[in-house]
Amino acid sequence: MDQKTPSQTGREIELLSFKVNDQEYSLNIMSVREIRGWSKATPLPHSPPYMQGVINLRGSVLPIVDLSIRFGLAEREVSPRDVIIVVNVDEQTVGLLVDAVVDILSINTDAIDPPPEMGDNTTRFVDGLIIQNDRMIRLLSLKAAVPAKETNVA
Amino acid sequence: MTDQLDPLAEIKASFFIECDELLEALQDGLETMDSPERSAETINVVFRAVHSIKGGAGAFGLNDLVNFAHCYESVLDNVRSGLLEPNTEIMRTFFQAGDILQDLVRLSRDELPIEPSLTAATLTDLEALLSDEVEETVEFAPLVLSFDLDEDFGLDDAAPKPAQHSFTFQASAELYASGNEPAKLFRALTELGTVTCTPDLTKLPNLSELANAECFIPWHISVDTDRTFEDVLEVFDFVDGLCTIEQIAPQTDALLPPIDLPDVANIAEPIAPAPGHIEEATDVKPAEQLSTEPDSKKVAAPKATVRVDVDRIDRLVNLVGELVINQSMLSQSIVSAQAANSTEVETGLEEFMRLTRDIQDSVMMIRAQPVKSLFQRMSRIVRESSAAVKKSVKLITEGDDTEVDKTVIERLADPLTHMIRNAVDHGLEAAETRVANGKAEQGVVRLRAAHRSGRVVIEVSDDGRGINRDRVKQIAIDKGLIPENVLLSDTEIDNLLFMPGFSTAAEVSNLSGRGVGMDVVRSAIQSLGGRITITSVPGQGTTFSISLPLTLAVLDGMVIDVAGQSVVMPLAAISETMMLGPDELKPLGANSMLVQVRERFLPLIDLAEKLGFSPKRTDFKNCIALLIANDDGQEAAIVIDAIQDQRQVVIKGLQDAYGNIPGVAAATILGDGKIALILDPGDIVVRGIDHTDTAQPQSA
Repeated sequence: MDQKTPSQTGREIELLSFKVNDQEYSLNIMSVREIRGWSKATPLPHSPPYMQGVINLRGSVLPIVDLSIRFGLAEREVSPRDVIIVVNVDEQTVGLLVDAVVDILSINTDAIDPPPEMGDNTTRFVDGLIIQNDRMIRLLSLKAAVPAKETNVA
Repeated sequence: MTDQLDPLAEIKASFFIECDELLEALQDGLETMDSPERSAETINVVFRAVHSIKGGAGAFGLNDLVNFAHCYESVLDNVRSGLLEPNTEIMRTFFQAGDILQDLVRLSRDELPIEPSLTAATLTDLEALLSDEVEETVEFAPLVLSFDLDEDFGLDDAAPKPAQHSFTFQASAELYASGNEPAKLFRALTELGTVTCTPDLTKLPNLSELANAECFIPWHISVDTDRTFEDVLEVFDFVDGLCTIEQIAPQTDALLPPIDLPDVANIAEPIAPAPGHIEEATDVKPAEQLSTEPDSKKVAAPKATVRVDVDRIDRLVNLVGELVINQSMLSQSIVSAQAANSTEVETGLEEFMRLTRDIQDSVMMIRAQPVKSLFQRMSRIVRESSAAVKKSVKLITEGDDTEVDKTVIERLADPLTHMIRNAVDHGLEAAETRVANGKAEQGVVRLRAAHRSGRVVIEVSDDGRGINRDRVKQIAIDKGLIPENVLLSDTEIDNLLFMPGFSTAAEVSNLSGRGVGMDVVRSAIQSLGGRITITSVPGQGTTFSISLPLTLAVLDGMVIDVAGQSVVMPLAAISETMMLGPDELKPLGANSMLVQVRERFLPLIDLAEKLGFSPKRTDFKNCIALLIANDDGQEAAIVIDAIQDQRQVVIKGLQDAYGNIPGVAAATILGDGKIALILDPGDIVVRGIDHTDTAQPQSA
């Protein structure tokens, strides 16, 4: 694979890695606005299961996406030890509910491998894969994980 | 003020704001002129408005505006001096000219190119009025700069002799602070004639007393011109109130009557008069006298106002919203700490709540504006659309002073425009038909605003043919909007007009029917938290009634419990709360339940099930139900678990955060910091009823 050879084009980026159902994911730290503890969300009627509801983020309404359900992983009890990562996607601000924040990694973009072609939807939420200290870290595709604003729910 | 913009741009901006006010005054004046209440003063108000726009426009070199305003003004002047008696035709031209003036102001403000065709027709009309009546104004060419023309006020003698006007000009510190520049004013003076301008250095204080923001030096100015002193003062219109102008008695009228020519000595030594001398100057004329002196009752006592950036107000509104949330958090924590047993804490808390509410109301009042400006725009729509379909239409407005939130006013403009056009185009019959039906030839469109029980009601009505229900129904059937043979009440037929894809116009006229139907109007109103209803009497007319909340930021709501969640139901929608007993519950079919409320049967809606929070309950006995109604008068009983509280909540939009949710209008933050959903009663009723068997007779 040619992409593995280091080139001049790569640049250093910082990633925040977190755990969802024992899988390690990461996202560019630049899109993270804050990390906050879990608080009980107000459920929204007729919303998809992964939509936990909304919480009060200092006076504004913040929708919470449960990544574990979003990825189709096992549904689990929401625990007070969960963490909400507040991210900006395009113009939207959304909270991602994850199990725990793991680390902040500094890596070169060249070290990111594209996910293997699986021919189904498995890799839809993954933009790339990173090997770090024998761990495989998935690079989250924020655009795929955060559903576009649903303006015309029937 | 803080940002150092181009000073001229700043003045220009304030000129355009002023223009808006002047245009409003102009519109008012024209309407009064057109009514029996007109007085001699009315024309003066109109004249002054146009004149002031012209004056300001001249200072910024907005020639198109100046030319048009000048021509308009000249005609008005003739009316003022009695040379021209306005009739219906002339008034129509005046209104039209007013509209064009408005367009010109807008185009000039946005620095858009002005097409000569825009003004041409009306300019010709105005000129025709001039040439008919007054000969000496015939040669007004449309492109001549106005300052070259005679524009005295009809009060002075017709041909002013060349004269010298001497005066002192003392600028205040505010004059500079507001970005004005005396040199520019002096330069403008030179357009009137020869100007001598000398600073009076005698007023200069000692260096130790010199304040750098003050202006100590007055100027002695003499202008040799064939214009009147008023014309000279006009140059200073823009710094009105920011400077002191004292006329030094012209030698001609004062002490030395025989001397015709200006005193040579006076020109040579303008500094000559001692300070004391100036104080004694006989004719002290503040510049403002020119434009506002013989005040009408309308302009008589303008209240002191402050212009504030809307963003600042919005920030304040948001802060007060946070305050309200904080206040309820505080009272909740005091209650849970059980400190409320102490009467002192209790009264203090109550006081705090009242104050918060007062502050909130006052802040909302800042955002409130009278609907007048909106109605004035509509009068233009009526004029234009009636001209387009060649009908004679009169617009009557009532309740112009009713105040509504600024955002509401802005967002009402489009729906109202559409409704007015509809009324003129479809509502009103042609003149012949009207006469044949024994109506006045002139159709009437009425625009009415009023406060009614915490909401604003705006009505658009016409005295036209009313809704042709048979035709409406047929069209709906033809378009497949409703099944054939369905029995509909009159109200239900009328409401078909709001269905998407419905347009009654058999042929699409170029006036209305541009593909924007009443459904768009309705959704625009609904997005403002309002509702719209129709009443129509065949042969007598149609009335659209829009009911809107006073403010978009807060809402009186009832906090209720549903399946362990707190939600808020707008108080305005709740007509009654009741406990369901066995006598009131009447099952209908397999799944439906009706509630008997006195003589009526209402469908029962299980809110928890409707919101998808829990499966439908089987036993409704001893449950609490809220009776709510939607816009169309459909009612329903909504079953809830418990009523918590009744309070004012701050509305937080959900659209931006998530999108539309059926049955939910918005969200709010409760005292415990949790988010609670604000329900949309109309939506819940409609969905609740739709969900039940459609064959079921609707009780409403």
